[in-house]
Amino acid sequence: MNPALTLATTHRVLSQLRRDRRTLALVIVVPCVLLWLFSELFADAPVIFQRLAPTMLGVFPFITMFLVTSVAMVRERTSGTLERLLTTPLGKADLVLGYGLAFGLLSLVQAGVACAVALGLLGMDAPASVTVLVLVAVGNALLGAALGLGFSALAATEFQAVQFMPAVVLPQVLLCGLIVPTDRMADWLDAVSRVMPLRYAVEAMTTLTGAATVQGRVWADLAVIVGCAAVALGLGAATLRRRTA
Amino acid sequence: MAAIEVDGLSVVRGGRTVLDELSFTVPEGSVTGLLGPSGSGKTTLLRVVVGVQRISRGTVTVLGSPAGLPALRRRVGYTTQTPSVYPDLTVLENVRHHAALHGYGRESARRAAAATESVGLADAGTQLARTLSGGQRSRVSLACALVAEPALLLLDEPTVGLDPVLRRDLWALFRTLAATGTTLLVSSHVMDEAARCDRLLLLRGGRLLTDDTPDGLRAATGVGDLDEAFLRLVERVPA
Repeated sequence: MNPALTLATTHRVLSQLRRDRRTLALVIVVPCVLLWLFSELFADAPVIFQRLAPTMLGVFPFITMFLVTSVAMVRERTSGTLERLLTTPLGKADLVLGYGLAFGLLSLVQAGVACAVALGLLGMDAPASVTVLVLVAVGNALLGAALGLGFSALAATEFQAVQFMPAVVLPQVLLCGLIVPTDRMADWLDAVSRVMPLRYAVEAMTTLTGAATVQGRVWADLAVIVGCAAVALGLGAATLRRRTA
Repeated sequence: MAAIEVDGLSVVRGGRTVLDELSFTVPEGSVTGLLGPSGSGKTTLLRVVVGVQRISRGTVTVLGSPAGLPALRRRVGYTTQTPSVYPDLTVLENVRHHAALHGYGRESARRAAAATESVGLADAGTQLARTLSGGQRSRVSLACALVAEPALLLLDEPTVGLDPVLRRDLWALFRTLAATGTTLLVSSHVMDEAARCDRLLLLRGGRLLTDDTPDGLRAATGVGDLDEAFLRLVERVPA
């Protein structure tokens, strides 16, 4: 690993993102629009909005970064740029961390804007700490990026990569406690959701908004999220083959 | 001294022998042409030398080390047949990225500008790679390899899609590089490029038909035209 090469990768990915204004706009604006739709949808039942809004702040970065990363990595693999990169001094860890850092920064902007809109314009109840809320959102983004990186190895085309979103992300969205709180799910569904990292993200978000201070559980959840992201990044790096048949 | 030493190299892919018992050496500071029809194994051989291709038998020594050794990645430059550049970056950004990957840091911008100029793209520096023609894109890819000033350059069909003037200019660049000690292994299926090489490796069906100088090949086959000489060789050896 070499920090200069990691940063060279981050710089390159950010330069590419900077050119892709439409993706940037979608990544930043869409969560805000969806949050607004939710607030309008539950205008008569603000309790539901207060429960959903923080969990959505956790789910958006996860979904977006999964999609962006898996497509970006499939593109690297199919265009030959990945093979080319692996013939340079760049280490696999540099590449993976470089991507993680770039998308982490993007998710920081995404989560920051979405939080500002939810708190400032839509009247979401203030969480115990906005900083920790954004931190959990960025952790989720890294988790999404890490899983996207790993699953991109199973996709031969961008079409397939996009199809992994419903396959990998939607079950987690269904079972994470966003739609039905985890304590009201059937036991076996609760058990399944326990091995899904998104559950801990939603738990952290809900705990943050439900209490006046940051509770220990939030840090435990954040540790689970970051741990899963690190494992997924490691597995993702292992799928980058320098030498092939 | 030899920049590349290949001994008894075979590559079997999916039960098919792609490279069959190749042995040859490439002298340092030379331009060696790797010629042969499409599907003869040129790309596979270049990938072996870069160290990204699994081999079945034999040894491959590159700049004194076994092919694929991590330290070699600083000293070996490689361009793929389909130019692997980022379409959403400018020419200079693509080249600078490769300079940065070789750890040039602040020097990257200056080096990128020089490499871009050497492939004749100085005027297109701020253009997005997406907007370039195929030939221009392959020159960006070449600049990305040149920027690190590698001791060994492996170029897979670098002149495809280029007009005769650009081809002449690029070959002049290859000669200049060789004169300063760089070793080049350049694949091509255009025989008129063979005449510009110091040595020729002719591949057909994964086998090495000849390893000779252009003059040696002419003398061995008794014809002046290299295209004709190649055909003679092909007909002599059943594929």
